Amino acid sequence: MSVRRLSPNQPASFAFKPATLKAAQGWMANFPPGKQQSAVVPVLWLVQKQDGWISEPAIRAVAELLGMPVIRVLEVATFYTMFMLEPVGTHALVQVCGTTPCQSRGAEGLMDVCKRRIGPQNHKSPDGKFYWQEVECLGACSNAPMAAINDYYYEDLTPESLEKLLDDFAAGKAPRPGSAIGRQGAAPEGGPTTLTDPKLYDGSLGRKIKIPNLPPKAKKETA
Amino acid sequence: MAGILADKDRIFLNLYGVHDWTLEGAKARGAWNGTKDIVAQTPEWICDQIKASGLRGRGGAGFATGLKWTFMPKQESERPHYLLVNADESEPGACKDREILRNDPHLLIEGCVIACRAMRSHQAYIYIRGEYVHERERLLAAIRQAYDAGLLGKGSVLGYDVDVGVQHGGGAYICGDETALMESFEGKKGQPRLKPPFPAGAGIYGCPTTVNNVETISVVGTILRRGADWFAGFGTEKSTGTKLFAASGHVNTPCVVEDAVGISVKQLIEDHFGGVRGGWGNLKAVIPGGISVRMIPADQCDEAIMTYEDLAARGSGLGTGTLIVFDKDADLVKAIARAAYFYKHESCGQCTPCREGTGWMWRVMERMVTGEAEMSEIDLLLDVASQVEGHTICGLGDAAAWPIQGLFRHFRHEVEDRINSYRARKGVYAGASIAAE
Repeated sequence: MSVRRLSPNQPASFAFKPATLKAAQGWMANFPPGKQQSAVVPVLWLVQKQDGWISEPAIRAVAELLGMPVIRVLEVATFYTMFMLEPVGTHALVQVCGTTPCQSRGAEGLMDVCKRRIGPQNHKSPDGKFYWQEVECLGACSNAPMAAINDYYYEDLTPESLEKLLDDFAAGKAPRPGSAIGRQGAAPEGGPTTLTDPKLYDGSLGRKIKIPNLPPKAKKETA
Repeated sequence: MAGILADKDRIFLNLYGVHDWTLEGAKARGAWNGTKDIVAQTPEWICDQIKASGLRGRGGAGFATGLKWTFMPKQESERPHYLLVNADESEPGACKDREILRNDPHLLIEGCVIACRAMRSHQAYIYIRGEYVHERERLLAAIRQAYDAGLLGKGSVLGYDVDVGVQHGGGAYICGDETALMESFEGKKGQPRLKPPFPAGAGIYGCPTTVNNVETISVVGTILRRGADWFAGFGTEKSTGTKLFAASGHVNTPCVVEDAVGISVKQLIEDHFGGVRGGWGNLKAVIPGGISVRMIPADQCDEAIMTYEDLAARGSGLGTGTLIVFDKDADLVKAIARAAYFYKHESCGQCTPCREGTGWMWRVMERMVTGEAEMSEIDLLLDVASQVEGHTICGLGDAAAWPIQGLFRHFRHEVEDRINSYRARKGVYAGASIAAE
């Protein structure tokens, strides 16, 4: 378990922006009537997109919106590690994956860069632009080592390419996510060695087919 | 030909995102082809075909998919049936479902419709991990395309109405467990539920629910299109079909690739992943199925094949089919200590053996990395691991114990050497303080 507490410095109030509220209502409509509590994680995430972090007044506002006890929302906000419970950097939230597959391909070097340029983890940089932390497996192990920066994945990193990315973010740019060494998704470096048969892509697979093994006389059950 | 599977027998034709992921592109590659004829069949026919194909759950546990579907009630009642697709891919090493979600989402959506038909359900939800923001955007866009084309929703052109919705998580590994997934889906902390009741009896909102992995659902359409016998023709009797494999760690070209189940570990690594860094002789160990299974040492990797039964016989498991490879320069003790930290971080805190045990095991492992431990602590650690294993509500306790057990089964001497050399350096021996005077 990880111990997560709300920040001691809380704002006085929280208000949904119209776009956030609209998106939140979209998530609430996604579930059966009366089950809008299911939307709590997506709504908290929208709040985090709006403010950058989850504050105590925001937790109360979400509880009110979803008709939930405040303690249930507080539980969720502190249980799930994606929710930032204190303000983060204005330009970039850098989350470096440090779990074994990334570690074995050099994640520690990336974290050294973060320590040097941003400072200790879970703290804002002195200029307030950056905030970094080590996170657990982000599920892009074939493109290790990697980091999620402001939601999107930057893969196949080296300390040098991460420095370059941080430079770009510091300058207010939004570098393109994906592989830093130009790999096509999760294909091997140098290009795919499978899926090279052009017949797969000439549209012939889209032609009408007969489903095999059908029962002799297809009976239709009334559903 | 790299591997043992020909291109014409692959299911995921846009694995690398080279081609068009939208509905139009997916249709040209055969998705949604004949779906109407499939859902016109009885649920029993679909379940029988999937049973005959031998498809087993691709999320790690490997339960027979067709059989799982038949556990759902045979009659619809006022409680709706739900299909819940587990896209909470967080297992260290596993990165296969992500490629489906972002590059071939229509195979998944089509699979949802067919699986819903097989379970007399009209509502599927896909629970995707919160960090997959790009993948979620893709998936939502693909679902919108399917609605626009009349493939989903009321009055479907397929003649069987299914709604597909998306839910996302907040970064908790534990939500990959099916009952924790359901708790999280309902907007609660992801703490696993006791079974029984089993999900097929009472799942989300107390209604019958089946939880399946993304890859399992995504292959269903192609299996039915090409025939159960085609799929069953790959692999062995108990482990059939094709599967996504992936590698990370010390290989030359890590990637995600589809091949037939039953390919040997050696061929998989050499053909698809560019071989081990420094050559095959430089291999030290492989964790074959995501970090939660026990490792196998290099000398067994020559014969090991990627099937459920072969890897289980070696004390390991196929798991998610995603390899973590270590070469001779790797510090295995450190790698497993990092895995122990992962489990400590991800324990939900519900069961005492796991909540306390994972933290304890991590702290001991950290000391073993430097060698600052007592020799007797090795046995103590294994004893604690065996007391965590099997004494928790969900499988996280087991998963935390297995990597440590795997390390000591095959590389106990490394830890012992480390403890010895630490002591030799520090001059810690009985009477040391007297001698110093």
